[in-house]
This record gives sequence, C-alpha cells and structure tokens, in this order.
Amino acid sequence: MSNSKKKKMPKSSMETFFKVLRMIGNYRFLLILSIVLAAVTVVLQLYVPILFGNAIDEVIGAHAVDFERMWYYLSRILVMVIVSSVSTWIMSIINNRMTYRTVQDIRAKAIRHIQELPLAYLDQHSTGDIISRVIADTDILSDGLLLGFTQLFSGIVTIVGTLIFMFSKNVWITLMVIVLTPLSFFVAKFISSHSFQMFRKQSETRGKQTALIEEMIGNQKVVQAFGYEEKASERFAKINEDLKNYSQKAVFYSSLTNPSTRFVNNVIYAGVALVGAFMIPGGFLSVGGLSVLLSYANQYMKPFNDISSVITELQNALACAGRIFELLEEPSETPEVSSELGKAAGDVHIEDVSFSYDKSKKLIEHFNFQAKPGMRVAIVGPTGCGKTTFINLLMRFYDTDQGDILVDGQPIKQVTRHSLRSNYGMVLQDTWIKAGTVRENICIGKPDATDEEIKEAAKRSHSWEFIRRLPDGLDTVLTEDSLSQGQKQLLCITRVMLCLPPMLILDEATSSIDTRTELQIQEAFDQLMQGRTSFIVAHRLSTIRNADWILVMKDGRIIEQGTHDDLMKENGFYNHLYNSQFVNVAQ
Amino acid sequence: MRSLACYLKEYKKESILAPFFKFLEVVFDLIVPLVIAQIIDVGVAQNDHGYIVQRFFILILMAAAGLTCSFTAQYFAAKASVGFAANLRQAVFDHIQRLSFTELDTLGTDTLITRLTDDVNQVQNGVNMGLRLLLRSPFIVLGSMVMAFTINVRCALIFVIAIPILFLVAFVIMYVSIPLFKKVQGRLDAVTRLTRENLTGIRVIRAFCREKESVEEFDARNRDLTKLNEFVGRISAFLNPATYVLINIATVFLIQKAGVEVNLGNMQQGEVVALYNYMAQMIVELIKLASLIITLNKSAACAERVAGILKVRSSMEYQEKAVSVRRNSPAVTFENVTFCYQNSKAPSLSNISFSVNPGQTVGIIGGTGSGKSTLVNLITRFYDASEGKVLVDGVDVRKYPRGVLRSKIGVVPQKAALFQGSIRANMKWGRDDATDQEIWEALTIAQAKEIVEKKDGQLDFHLEQNGRNLSGGQRQRLTIARALVKKPEFLILDDSASALDFATDAALRKALHDLSGRVTTFLVSQRAASIRQADLILVLDDGLLAGKGTHEELMQSCETYREIFFSQFPEERKNDKEAAK
Repeated sequence: MSNSKKKKMPKSSMETFFKVLRMIGNYRFLLILSIVLAAVTVVLQLYVPILFGNAIDEVIGAHAVDFERMWYYLSRILVMVIVSSVSTWIMSIINNRMTYRTVQDIRAKAIRHIQELPLAYLDQHSTGDIISRVIADTDILSDGLLLGFTQLFSGIVTIVGTLIFMFSKNVWITLMVIVLTPLSFFVAKFISSHSFQMFRKQSETRGKQTALIEEMIGNQKVVQAFGYEEKASERFAKINEDLKNYSQKAVFYSSLTNPSTRFVNNVIYAGVALVGAFMIPGGFLSVGGLSVLLSYANQYMKPFNDISSVITELQNALACAGRIFELLEEPSETPEVSSELGKAAGDVHIEDVSFSYDKSKKLIEHFNFQAKPGMRVAIVGPTGCGKTTFINLLMRFYDTDQGDILVDGQPIKQVTRHSLRSNYGMVLQDTWIKAGTVRENICIGKPDATDEEIKEAAKRSHSWEFIRRLPDGLDTVLTEDSLSQGQKQLLCITRVMLCLPPMLILDEATSSIDTRTELQIQEAFDQLMQGRTSFIVAHRLSTIRNADWILVMKDGRIIEQGTHDDLMKENGFYNHLYNSQFVNVAQ
Repeated sequence: MRSLACYLKEYKKESILAPFFKFLEVVFDLIVPLVIAQIIDVGVAQNDHGYIVQRFFILILMAAAGLTCSFTAQYFAAKASVGFAANLRQAVFDHIQRLSFTELDTLGTDTLITRLTDDVNQVQNGVNMGLRLLLRSPFIVLGSMVMAFTINVRCALIFVIAIPILFLVAFVIMYVSIPLFKKVQGRLDAVTRLTRENLTGIRVIRAFCREKESVEEFDARNRDLTKLNEFVGRISAFLNPATYVLINIATVFLIQKAGVEVNLGNMQQGEVVALYNYMAQMIVELIKLASLIITLNKSAACAERVAGILKVRSSMEYQEKAVSVRRNSPAVTFENVTFCYQNSKAPSLSNISFSVNPGQTVGIIGGTGSGKSTLVNLITRFYDASEGKVLVDGVDVRKYPRGVLRSKIGVVPQKAALFQGSIRANMKWGRDDATDQEIWEALTIAQAKEIVEKKDGQLDFHLEQNGRNLSGGQRQRLTIARALVKKPEFLILDDSASALDFATDAALRKALHDLSGRVTTFLVSQRAASIRQADLILVLDDGLLAGKGTHEELMQSCETYREIFFSQFPEERKNDKEAAK
C-alpha cells in the first residue's frame, strides 16, 4: 500500500513541500528563531577549537608560557561554551514545540475531517491505512521534516564553517581533506550494496517466520487440542535456523560500515598529521593550528553523514506528507442545509430512487415505496445482496443519485443530517463497542441518562442479566473481546432502547448467535418496534412473516416487494427462498 | 533479564572475544594521540623528516590493525547476538506450546506474538550493540584517563574529577526521562485507539450524532500527548548542552594546568595537544555512550517482557505414569463440577453432574454464556475444574499423562481454524500416518468430499493462511473431517455446524449418527433440530444444568428447553397448544 503511494508522489512533491511550509506557517516565528539559534550554536562550537589551538600556542615550553594571553583565550572559551549551550537548549525546546504542535494540529484536523468525509471514502479505504496516515505518517513527517530541516541547516552551516576555519589555518591540508573525504562514502556505499542481498533474504525469512508464529500461536488452542505442539516446535526450529544464518550475515555485513569509514577517517587524520608536521618548521602552521586541524578532521565527516541521512528522511517525510494531505484534501460531504426535521411521525416515502456505488454498474433503479407510520418492513435476500445499501440510503450515509427519500413529506436532503439521524435508531449486525465502560457505551445516544434509566433500558432489552454479572457492572471497562457477539448486539439494542427514536433500522444477526440469545434479541426488537416505523434486515422466518411489507433483494436490486401472502402467490424468488429454508427446517 | 543469560551460554566464546577485540581496537585508538605528540615534540622540534614519515606509517598501520580487530569483533558480536536471539525465540515458542489454556487466555495471543517477534528482535539489537559498543565507550573513557596519567599525573587528575561528574549528569537525565518515554508511548496508544474507534464506529457515531463529542475526546487525548512530549523533550534536550559545557570547562582547566606544568618544564607542547585530544575523544564517546544506554534500556525492557513470558508456569500438572482405564465405566462423568475462569467473579459452570455411556451421543444446548463450550473444554482438560471431578473412562482427567487424554478425543472447535499448506497436511493434524483413503473416508462423513473433489489437485490443494481461500461452511466441514481422521474414541463438536445450511447439517448429523456405538459424541449446538435425536441432552442456563434427558423427556419437564425449541419451531407450538386442548 505505502509503496504504491510513494510511487505516485513525485508528481507533486514540490507542491506537497509548499503545503507543509504553509502548515508550519503558524510557527513561522519559532522556525526563524530556531534557524538563527542553530547558526549561532554551530559557529560558536566551531570557533571553540580554534581558541583552544590559540591557547595551546601560548604554551611553548618551559618558562615560555604567556599565562595572560592564555587566560584571555580560555575565558573567551568559557563564555562561548555557555552561550552556545544555552542556545542549543533553547533551540531544542523550540524544535520540540514546533514538531509536536504541528503533529497535534494535523491530527486534530484529520479527526475533524474524518467526521465529515463521505462514507463512500471511508468504506473504500482500510481502517489500518487511514490510521497509519493519522498516526505513523504524521510522526514521520514531523521528525523528518521539522528536525530534518533544522539538521540540514545546521549541517550545512557546520560544513561551510569548518571549511572556512580550516582554510584560515592552512589551505593545502584543507584541500587534502576535501579530496580524500569522498573515499569513505564509496566504502560505505560498497558495503551497503553488498549487504543488501542478505538483508532481503533475512526479511523474507523473517516474514515466513512471523506468518508461522501468527498461525501457530494465533491458533494455539487448536495446536494443543491436536497434540501438534512438538511438530509446531520442529517447524519453527527449521525456519528459526534459516533466519539465524541469514541474520548473522546481514548483521555482520552491515556492521562493517562504521569501522570502515572510521578507518578512512584515521588515514585522513594521519595524513593531516604528516603534512602538518612538515609545514610547522617552515612557519606555515603553528602547533596549536595543527591540533585544531586534527580535531576538525575528526569531526568533519559527521555533518556529511548527517546530511545524507537527513535527505533520505526528508524524502520519506514528503511521501508521508503527501499521504496525509491526500486524506485531508479529500472532499467532505455535501454541505448541510439549515432546516431541521422535528420529531418525525415515521412516514417514509421513497420516490423514484436510483443509486449505485460504482456509476458504471447500476444497482437500485427507479425504486418506489412508501412506509406508513408504525409499519414493519422486512428486507430479505441472500447474503451479499446489498441489504446494507438500503440502510445507507435511509440514514443518508450515502446520497441517492436520483430521486428522493421523504420523511414526513420532507426530502431528507433538505434537512440536516443530525436531525434526520436522531429520528432513527439503528442496530447493526457488526456491532461496535467503544473502549470504555458499559455505561459510556449505552449512553452514546443520551449522555445524560440516569442509572435508573439505563437499568430500565437494559432490562427491557435483556442485557441487564449479563451486565449485572460483569466484574464492575455498569462500570466494567470493555474492550473488543470482553463480550460475546450476542452480548454485544444486546448492548447495541440497549443503546437504542435508551433513546427510543420514532423510526428503527435493525439488522438481525445470522448464525453467530445462539438461539436463546437470539430469542432475547427478538423480544428486545419486538419491544422496540411497538408503534415505530421499522426496517429490518431479516433472516428469521418469523420476523419475515410478521412484517407488514417485504422487500426482496438480490444482487443489489429490489426484485420483488409485497406482503408475505402476495409474494408467496407470485411464486417467484421469494417463494423459492422461503420454501427452501422452511422445508429444511422441518426435516 | 539475568534469566535470559543462559541462552547466550552457547556463545560464551564469542561473547568474550567480541568485547576483547573491541578492546584491542580501542588500545590502537588510544595510542594515536601519543604518536601525534611524538611527531610534534620529536619530529617537528628536531625537524626530523624521516622520523615524521616513520610515525605516519605507524599511524596507518595502527588504523589497519584497528580495522581488523573491529571486523573480528563485529563478526563475533553478530554471531553471538543473532544466535542468542534464535535460541531465545525457540525457547519462548516451545514454552508457549506447554502453557495451558488458562495462561493463554490471560496472556493473550497478540501479546505472545509481539513478544516472539518485535521484542526478541529488540533484545537481539541490544545484545549486539552491547557486545560491540557497551565496552568500547567505557574503554575509551577510562583509557583516555589512563593515558593522561602516563603523560602528566597532575593534569590527569582533572580527568578523574570530570569523568564521574559527566557520568552522573548523563545518568540522572536519562534516569528521569526514560520512564517518561514509556508514558509517552501509552498516550500515543490512546490517540491511536481513538482514531481507530472513530473509523470503525463511524456509522454509529453518525447515527447517534456524536461527531462533536468524539472530536472533543480526541482533542483532549491529543493535547495530553503533546504536553507530555514537550515536557520529556525539554528534559532530554538538556543532556547535550550540559555535557558540552562540562567537558569544555574541564578542558579549560586542563589547558590552564598544562600551561603551568609546561612552564615548570615538566611537560612539552606536543603532550598538551595529546591531552587535549584525549579530552576530545572522550566527548565523542560519552555522547555515543548516552544514546547507547537509551537503546540498551529499551531492549532491557523488551528482555524483561520476554523473560516474563518464560516465567509463566503452566497451571496444569501432568502425571508421569500411564493410567489403566477402568472397564465397564461410563465414558464421561461429571461429579459436582464447578468452574470459574481466572479473573472472573461468577462461576461459568455450577455444580454440574451427569454421566455418559460409551457410544452415546450427547447434545448440549443453552444461551450465550451459559457455559456450553466451557463444559466440553473440561472434558479435554483444556481447563481444570475449580471444584468437583471430571472422569473420562472412569479415570480423573488429571491423572492422565500429557497428551494421552487428548489423543483419545477429536475436537472441532468453534472457530474453524485451518493452516497454510495442502488439505492433506491439514488432515494429517489428526493423525500423522493417516492414509489418503482414511482421509477421504473422514471427508465423506464430514460432507466435505465434494468440496475437495472440486479443488485443483484435490488433497494437494493449497490452503492459504487460516484457510481464507475457502468459505466459512467449507472450513467448518474440513475441521470436522480433521477431527475424524484421528479416529477418536470421543468426538466433540463445539457449535461446528453453524455455517452449514440445514440440508448439509442434517446429512452430517446422519453420517455422524452412523458412527455412534463406536464414538462417544458431544454436540454443542444452537439449533434444537441438531441435537433433537441425541441420546442425552444437557440444557444449560447461566452455568446451571437446567435439565438433562431425551428430547421427549425434556419437552415434558424442562421449561428452558421448551422455550428454545418453540422459538425455532413455531409450528410445533401451535400443535402443542392444540394437543393441550
């Protein structure tokens, strides 16, 4: 996923860069200050070795030390060191602030945008992908871009400054260093290109091992039930051995880079010492000057290495920025209108509605239907027939392509989404539980409900029985796995039971719930549906038969509609569906 | 952490040689400033070009020797650290294989997987870095000090004072900031969790018009994270400037002292340069050491987590010696069994007693959380009963040696888990030496023959991870076949037909019924139709045995059973009422 995105990036990486700049714009004052401080720090830190060199030059030999001048240099060193340290610290604080505030801004913007994005976008993009944009990409952007920015800047200042200071001491030695430096790059490049092969093998094998781990540990109970433990260990041992062999090589090869560049550095260092030593007697260089050159030669490589890693980081950061902007710039839903839908009576009129997800594949076409207040409408069809499409349109998660849905005579596109949705109570089959307490989960639709109200709603929706038995009752903190599927659904019904809106959308559970719970859910649904217009995605025969109107869907289309008796007489798809299920049950 | 050291034992030689060669490299590094001092004090002072060139070559030679030592050290470090990690990974994996279900439940699959992958990798990194670098930096720091003593004792005293102060400052700053980094991670996790929630729950959030509240909650967490990040950043940003100031103050004192010594004629100018170079070398190494300690600290935390897994002992003990089954005893007996999951207040099963004869079919029915799966899990001894006794073939399940009990029982778990590999390999999970014919027989009973026949390569058909290239119903039938391949004395189907349509379910039941007499079968189901024919039906309600008996008996005596039955057969309720009239 991220790879394919990265490939798309170059087309507008300049554009992305400017967008990022605009975003940092809020902190423009801090940014300028940070750059100024970086320059101050670098220049001061580079100047300190020169002053040390000057001080050493005053220490010529016995009875020939000029203490006054030496102290002059040393005291200046102290001042500079303190000033540069303070400025380093302030710079770090400023950089931190810029970085973390920008991240905070981006994430805040992202979460707001997510609330406004059309569901069409969210349905098509995996949750993991969007999360990685909001969390991981944002982190990389901040680290790479903001820190990279300042490091790049201080790196350049360091190199330029070092060269100027070195040239001021001795031109020829400096030239020698400049010429020899690229050597260490070549060495590093050579090693990394050779270790790459081993790294690839290592990551391949690691991938295989992770897959095996996920499979075996993920199904550890099956492994144990079949006494497969030893075989699992054997299989693991085999991959583990392969991984060990590849890893040892990969780790070894890659760890050669540092000693190798250090070797090149040492050679340069020796060269500086040799040439410098020849020059001192001629008066081209002082002893202190040589010590300055030696310490520069030692540090000279560092900014180069820094800059090359910063540049890769910058590219990476821009790629991530591109992904974030892609999310942030995704167009929002159509803007809200101002008029509100009051508490509806529950008259739903579908007028000549056409809709499809993919405009080239027609789905619902010229669909007409009217649900009177209090009517029960069952939506029936084989799995994957598009029953959720219907829910999407009613709740206005998606807008119709053509035609209107009217609630109490008002087209739903002409009222606010909030006012429409708060007239519906929705219980979906794939239940969603928030990480939080049971109470928080139930009160989603009515945050100010009292414990008494909650208890009452829970009792009526048959969830009280299991809530009561949870370790801390209503205050039990729930996670994704702490409830069974049936219990989750009961909890979701309780949510709706608590606010009791005039219209309902219910999604009956399929097989994952056992009969008794299903029975309880059924009763809870019945309780809810009293006097409310209800749309039920139905799997159970009794629900279907009790419905006032049945919509039969297949392959995303509504192919038949009518009452149970009408449809049975029609002898069409419904009749077939009904008979096949019913006959089997009776067997 | 110390408990993990035993996995490094095999690499004792390497773990000693790696730091040793690092040490040699450091020695060469440390001699360099001395040679430079000689160049200045002898070569330059006497203008002896031959001497200078000679020293230059000594420098080059030392660099080459340093490189060789370094390569050797890296080689041993890589070998030891990777080998250690491989040993550790294997040990953790093997250890998990021996944990009982109770521990698996408490630890959680995700945790175990992270420990085995990410955490072990981090530990490997730590060991590798540690072997290579942890000794290098202190060698250089201490070595610099020792070398300083060889040059001038009085100047060297400045090193003696400076080094502990520097260590102390670096240590305090890191000591304060490292636990804070952990806290930062916790807050980032909260932000990630909320992002996920906002995406997975978007329909519910919109349906209940909770967008504003969601954003507010997110903002609060987001601000918390930023605040802590800035705070930690401020502390850790103090490290560099602080050490920089301290080092330079020490250097100022050093030069001043050196000036006095040179003036007295105790020292030469080149030696001042050497002392200065030692000080400079020390700065670089101290900064490296600081970041190294952070890395090591992280991997120490990972090591602790891994060691934590290894420390978990299985709560189940097995008898060593084989047991003899008692003839003419019931196949399965529950005597007043009560079971309570760890960390749960209420028992999941209370006071259950029943007895099953060999070859009987037992149906188990009841509501969600009523304890159906728990009950069958006690037969296989996935868990031990908290009170009471479970007997299989007349012997307490706790008396069986490891593996013996489970080899008698074929289990079809609720979650139809298949594994990457051919269908044949999956079937052989049941029994390693099963012939193709036996596999086909099992597939036939499980109503899976047609499925496999239609696949390319039939038994050689390759299943993807978790069998995701099959439908739910197909997976279920294959898992049933897998259990049958075992030719078990007991067969447990834990709601394993839920994804099958009614016709296949009926055919499956008929085929299983033909087995009866030979195999004692437990059927956990949500469908009354599936268990209606069973010789014994157990009705569970909230962990209590609400009724046991045949369908006819229970229809007479058990209200819970009638409720379930009529909910699925409304037609029968009418008949029932008419009959009552």
